[in-house]
Amino acid sequence: MQIKVLGTGCANCRSTVALIEEAAQAKGIAIEIAKVEDLKEIMSYGVMSTPGVVINGKVVHAGGIPTRDLIDGWLK
Amino acid sequence: MGLAVWIAAYAALEPFADSALALLALTRQTRLGEAVHFFIYDTPKVLLLLTGIVFVMGVIHTFIAPERTRALLSGRRLGLGNVMAATLGIVTPFCSCSAVPLFIGFLSAGVPLGVTFSFLIAAPMVNEIALALLFGLFGWKVAALYLGLGLTVAITAGLVIGRMGMEEHLEDWVRAMQGTQSAAFDPAKPCWDERVASGLAHVKSIVGKVWPYILLGIAVGAAIHGYVPEDFMASIMGKEAPWWSLPAAVAIGVPMYSNAAGIIPIVEALLGKGAALGTVLAFMMSVIALSLPEMIILRKVLKPRLIATFASVVAAGILLVGYVFNALL
Repeated sequence: MQIKVLGTGCANCRSTVALIEEAAQAKGIAIEIAKVEDLKEIMSYGVMSTPGVVINGKVVHAGGIPTRDLIDGWLK
Repeated sequence: MGLAVWIAAYAALEPFADSALALLALTRQTRLGEAVHFFIYDTPKVLLLLTGIVFVMGVIHTFIAPERTRALLSGRRLGLGNVMAATLGIVTPFCSCSAVPLFIGFLSAGVPLGVTFSFLIAAPMVNEIALALLFGLFGWKVAALYLGLGLTVAITAGLVIGRMGMEEHLEDWVRAMQGTQSAAFDPAKPCWDERVASGLAHVKSIVGKVWPYILLGIAVGAAIHGYVPEDFMASIMGKEAPWWSLPAAVAIGVPMYSNAAGIIPIVEALLGKGAALGTVLAFMMSVIALSLPEMIILRKVLKPRLIATFASVVAAGILLVGYVFNALL
């Protein structure tokens, strides 16, 4: 599973990465997580409010730290 | 249910403070009594108001995602577009680090530059925490005046920047994106349970973060209330201070960076010592609406001249608000 977290580097983006890593570990799912901080690349996903989450090339979330339930839903 | 509890608690504030005072065998005629009354009456009052306002904002947020706002503003002309943008700027949820992606997202969807600026200025300028505090400490008229003037500054500043036709001062790659928007991420529509949950989550994150600052601010205010001479700051920042005290306050505030919560104790302390409300409000607005770190991030998308124009137009607007407040109150 390839996961990208889009964000210009604020605290919310960092906690989003940490949350996803934690959830994946708890479920024993192997993920490849990357932080995208480049503005042009963030914009190329059509996301305006960060943090945004992209899974396998598809935007699944934008604007705010996702809840644990939401993350668990992605990790299937 | 929650609403009823909130109203009951708000109605019980004054009797509660009075009986608590009686229990401590103090009266409001003494300095200590007055200071204690101020503290035990104002703290729950401000916290209740803050909780109420922040909850309502959290619920409103679920109606107005940034994507929705953008759709509403796309293709609007200057004028009505600016009014809508400033109003939406207050209620659209986004954190300060989203400001730049939002800025580009708006431009790429064909929202005019001036309208985009109205949005970006209103968002930090009219702050929900500041609104709750003004409401709690100075009454609804002052809060409404703050809201109205904040909106006016955002609308006018956006109009001015739009009229100046400064599109050429956007960075080239941003300019190339103007009006090129392809399909954007479309968030799911929440149900009412989720909206209420969002309101509660907003309360938890905002009130949970700012209550120590408010407590500290009111404690300082209460101490000052009873003891420090009220006109301590009056000669420098009061109504009879020289005309330059207001521009000086804004000039000090612009490079400073703090969120509304951090600035509250300072605001309360200044006011308690006799500084004029307009001067203090202008100082507060310049601290939270304009900051050096923000300018550095904006530099990635704006050329220096546009940044300078943006900062000076907003600073001029804040000055105007300060003078109006000082003249009216």
